[in-house]
Amino acid sequence: MTAIETVRHATTQASADAPLVGRPIPRLEDAAVLTGAARYADDLPVKPGTLHAAILRSPHAHAEVLGIDAADALGVPGVAAVVTGEDAKRFASPFLVGVKAPMEHWCLAVDRVRYVGEPVAVVLADNRYLAEDALDRISVRYRPLAPVMSVEQAADPASELLHPAAGSNIVNTRSFLYGDPDAAFASAAHRVALTVRYPRNSCTPMECFVVLADYDPAEGAYEVLSNFSGPFAVHPVMARALNVSGAKLRLKSPPHSGGSFGNKQAVFPYIVLMGVCARVSGRPVKWVEDRLEHLMAATSATGRRMDLEAAVAADGKVLALRMQQTEDCGAYLRAPEPASLYRNHGNLTGAYDIPHLSVVNRIAVTSKTPSGLNRGFGGGQLYFGLERLMHRIALTLGLDPLDVIRRNLVPAAAMPYATPSGGRLDSGDYPSTLEEAVEKGGLADLKARRDTARAEGRLYGIGYAAVVEPSISNMGYITTVLTAEERRKAGPKNGAQAAATVAVDPTGGVSVGVASVPQGQGHRTVLAQVIADVFGLKLEDIRVVTDFDTAKDAWSIAAGNYSSRFAGAVAGAAHVAATRLRDRLARLAAGQLNVPAGEIQFAKGKVFAAGNPENALSFSRLAAAGHWSPGTLPDGQEAALRETAFWTPEPLKAPTDADHINSSACYGFIFDFCGVEVDRDTGRVRIDHYVTMHDAGRLLNPLLVEGQVLGGFSQAVGVALYEEYAYGEDGRFLSGTFADYLVPTAMEVPVPVVLHRESPSPVTPLGAKGAGEGNNMSTPVCIANAVADALGVDTVELPLTPTKVAALIHGAEPPRPAITNAVAGAPSATAVSGGRGLSGEGSRTVPAAPEQVWAILLDPKELAALLPGCEALELAGPNSYRAEVVVGVGPIRGRYTAEVALSNLDPPKSLTLTGSGSSALGTGRGTGLVTLERTAEGTTVRYRYTAEVGGKVAAVGGRMLDSAARLLIGQFFDKLIARAGGPATAEGRPSLLTRLLRLLGIST
Amino acid sequence: MKPAPFDYLRPASVAEALAALAQGGEDARIVAGGQSLMPMLNMRLVQPRLLIDLSGLEELRALDVRDGWLTVGAAVTQSELMARPALAREVPLLAAALPWVGHFQTRNRGTVCGSVAHADPSAEIPLCLAALAGEVLLRSARKRRTVPAADFFLGPLTTAKWADEIVEAVRFPLARPGAGYAFREVAMRHGDFAITACAAIADARGVRLAVGGVADRPAVRDWQHLDGTDLDDALNAFAWDLGGDDDQHATAAYRRTLVRRIGRTTIEEALACRS
Repeated sequence: MTAIETVRHATTQASADAPLVGRPIPRLEDAAVLTGAARYADDLPVKPGTLHAAILRSPHAHAEVLGIDAADALGVPGVAAVVTGEDAKRFASPFLVGVKAPMEHWCLAVDRVRYVGEPVAVVLADNRYLAEDALDRISVRYRPLAPVMSVEQAADPASELLHPAAGSNIVNTRSFLYGDPDAAFASAAHRVALTVRYPRNSCTPMECFVVLADYDPAEGAYEVLSNFSGPFAVHPVMARALNVSGAKLRLKSPPHSGGSFGNKQAVFPYIVLMGVCARVSGRPVKWVEDRLEHLMAATSATGRRMDLEAAVAADGKVLALRMQQTEDCGAYLRAPEPASLYRNHGNLTGAYDIPHLSVVNRIAVTSKTPSGLNRGFGGGQLYFGLERLMHRIALTLGLDPLDVIRRNLVPAAAMPYATPSGGRLDSGDYPSTLEEAVEKGGLADLKARRDTARAEGRLYGIGYAAVVEPSISNMGYITTVLTAEERRKAGPKNGAQAAATVAVDPTGGVSVGVASVPQGQGHRTVLAQVIADVFGLKLEDIRVVTDFDTAKDAWSIAAGNYSSRFAGAVAGAAHVAATRLRDRLARLAAGQLNVPAGEIQFAKGKVFAAGNPENALSFSRLAAAGHWSPGTLPDGQEAALRETAFWTPEPLKAPTDADHINSSACYGFIFDFCGVEVDRDTGRVRIDHYVTMHDAGRLLNPLLVEGQVLGGFSQAVGVALYEEYAYGEDGRFLSGTFADYLVPTAMEVPVPVVLHRESPSPVTPLGAKGAGEGNNMSTPVCIANAVADALGVDTVELPLTPTKVAALIHGAEPPRPAITNAVAGAPSATAVSGGRGLSGEGSRTVPAAPEQVWAILLDPKELAALLPGCEALELAGPNSYRAEVVVGVGPIRGRYTAEVALSNLDPPKSLTLTGSGSSALGTGRGTGLVTLERTAEGTTVRYRYTAEVGGKVAAVGGRMLDSAARLLIGQFFDKLIARAGGPATAEGRPSLLTRLLRLLGIST
Repeated sequence: MKPAPFDYLRPASVAEALAALAQGGEDARIVAGGQSLMPMLNMRLVQPRLLIDLSGLEELRALDVRDGWLTVGAAVTQSELMARPALAREVPLLAAALPWVGHFQTRNRGTVCGSVAHADPSAEIPLCLAALAGEVLLRSARKRRTVPAADFFLGPLTTAKWADEIVEAVRFPLARPGAGYAFREVAMRHGDFAITACAAIADARGVRLAVGGVADRPAVRDWQHLDGTDLDDALNAFAWDLGGDDDQHATAAYRRTLVRRIGRTTIEEALACRS
């Protein structure tokens, strides 16, 4: 049923007396959102005198910071201050890190940068334009270091250390053993192994980060408004970093959010950074992250390598599992990381009954943006391995993948099921849920479609995925990264406290506030449904207050909007608070109506005796009594005005000494299947039919659940087919715009068939479980399995872009013909395939002797004339120069201060030309080997170059970097030829004859 | 993401625009639809001192057919051209290609001449201009000149236009009777920059294939009638001659694959729709 159909169905079917909970009520918040009345963080008023911040970011993936010169920037009119790592050292401390490894992460780079986009300095000015003008005038001296761009590289002891004190780029390793996997492997009929990699990506909310920070020197306290989403376990991390107690960091969040999907957790380093800025400048500070900053440097899902091996019986039953997970957390372990690796620790065996398990978890640091919360947190990574493995087992054993899933699902009778690693799957009937999806989703028809397509020679495949969707994280799971000994020293951590406050006003209105911030889940709608039902009121009687203030609202470290905890924990806590308040109101009413409190009922705005509905009070009258006439209350009774409840799920304990951890309070079940067709020519994947079956416990509002499922599905289609934060091997970041980081639009996302079952959770007050993240866990691998089935291949890699898929279909390229006729603008000679590094080679023939060419290259005046855009060149040492160059392509120009050197001189045969420089557009470095060969016509100049371009221009112009580099290098050699007395034509350009023929209208 | 400071001029006439451009030199930039320039300004990739806006100039709104050419003035948007009822008859290749240019929102502001002046190697309009052997009408305060498309595009974002010139108009030759035209493109999502775009023209003399997105400018090749393995071989040679680069979305090898495969289907479609 589509959303519109659901609403239509609801409005025609629902009876006025039915409870509101469970009904598909359209979102109450949408009127404000859709009419532009909603006020987001950036819309809120700022204090007089507020300064606007712009952040200077590292163009290098890894470099030492040798010095920062901000004098010119401070001279820009309207600039109040430039804040650097020195200020951070003065007013802040490094952030706490979740593992025992000596790594320092500051809110501004101190001494070293470790990823492209890392904040290096902040300009504070009267407006953002002026601040950005001044950014371009800050000069930073860097010494580039080798970047670490993969977990394999991080594991190599020879890799450059990101955090030298840690001694390795693998900063934590833990091994876990549950049951006796070795025995199972020794006796199993089959062993099936698989290695998979999950790419870095993110859910990219529409609204980027916003921070408004102020510092009160009288109290030594910070007040910050930001769109931080929680978990508020990070609040003490921020307070510690600002060197204040928690009470002196008052953190507020606005009533509306432009989306988060977990990402807004990662605003926290900027809360500290802007706090420091406010303190340094003595004025309030506002910072709004722009899209380039967000894509480049905000946050990312972790990349993960999984090495899996299963011991499998002949019938496909998995007897034991070995997994090694290596997590790419980026340059720093930012709280709550490495949580993405441990969030699923209790459900590592997924929806399957696999009794024996061994796990090795390794955490790698790399020269990439630090990872953080992102919808599906760790689940997409885990299930990409696990469900690809189930598919591989089927393939290896010659079984139907669906039968392998069926054979291994946790049986209904085993619920609640204890997983080997300590999880407690709370409810559900996985096998019959799967069969219902197969039936209602039309798997038989889909198989027929596949048969027909294949008979016609088309590439069509079917994929499956069965996953459990954890929700309401145990705050203790992250301590599983520590040893039992380390945990004993630190004290137990567990639980998932949610807080809610419900109050009645003198007119009988009810207000609700919760320790969560909205991100699109429909807080107003669901909480109004829950509370209205408790008091027998109408939706419009309930006011849900969605802004949040750590100084005034009830909260704990588990507060916030993450781990799909809203429906289960937050709405549950609100229900607990409302029920307690209602029971107190009932005791007051009991006295007035002369019946026992247990007989008091609340419905239709009335409070009445169950046995005699005429014996009634209006709800508003009862509510008003507490405000207006506390003297009339029965003896010993306090007015029932307000109730705050803290609720924590009972089953959430700290990890045991044997490392068993129930990492989440509830576990939903999802079974997906899909049919995809792959275009044989282009490799494009088309999702033909997608079925997603969810059991998320009790649905509080099916319409909102549908929205969550469709949203998660859309983002998962992005993960499967389009999205990746791409980096070059040299560390440059390549996905800086939405033309480079490709989020699917409505055009690319098909409407899935969404099916539901409801197995209420015994753990949560309302029986609800999380539902919003599941498709981010199930859908990428379901699509991948379908593509693998369509192509009949073993290995598929996300995102399944046409270029990757086509390579799987087409195999080796037809060879280059013997006679070629390179066209203008094509890479000259052989294009050197350098992956994502820039490189190339070429040659030119010059009508001059090698000695003459050599003399030109070694003459500084001549060299100045050859270098594109060279405005000044001065000698810096033997054969080395400092040059001012303005280079670029078309209208794009950057002024670079470049260092140019000639080395490995072998006159007049060969030399190496190196250059490096930086500008506000980014950095460039290149090395060219130039050889001169005497020929009959003069000299053949051959060159082979490699280049590295970093910073902004690489992040937004990756598409044209190669051809731009080629153009500039071509200009150099064209000039060399001209200086050596040759014509300005080069090999690969149209010949004179070609041009002549073209003039005559004859094409060649 | 705020632009560096610049002056903004909305001239009353082309003459005023050209005088300002001559004075501003390399530091002045022309803007019309702004669909490529504005993001580059905001990212400070381009930092002109003066921005001269041609979009309001009535003189540049020419959109007419004369002497066998369709002329499109500098202020004409891609949407306006697309909405021309006779376009499919006049220049069928353009009619087939324009829906691939960005999104309808960007076409509402983006101009035809702006796309030509910008010279993105993946852009559809420069590809059509090259395929059809159209012309670029350049004008400065000093003179007017006409440059054939084959000589106009010199590299990525690089053209034969001098700093004091504007692209006053571009012109496309009208469809030749009996010729067939086809356009195909592969992009990551509809509206994205083409990984490879193909334009084919077929008539009694032979076929022409123009390819965008592979080399650093549109490339054109003509063949006598070819089919079967001869066409495969010719396309393979063309693909290798174009070369192509790897970027984060597609490898050079994939671009060449598309030249072979999509090039072929585009040619077949052009052959099939000859009248």
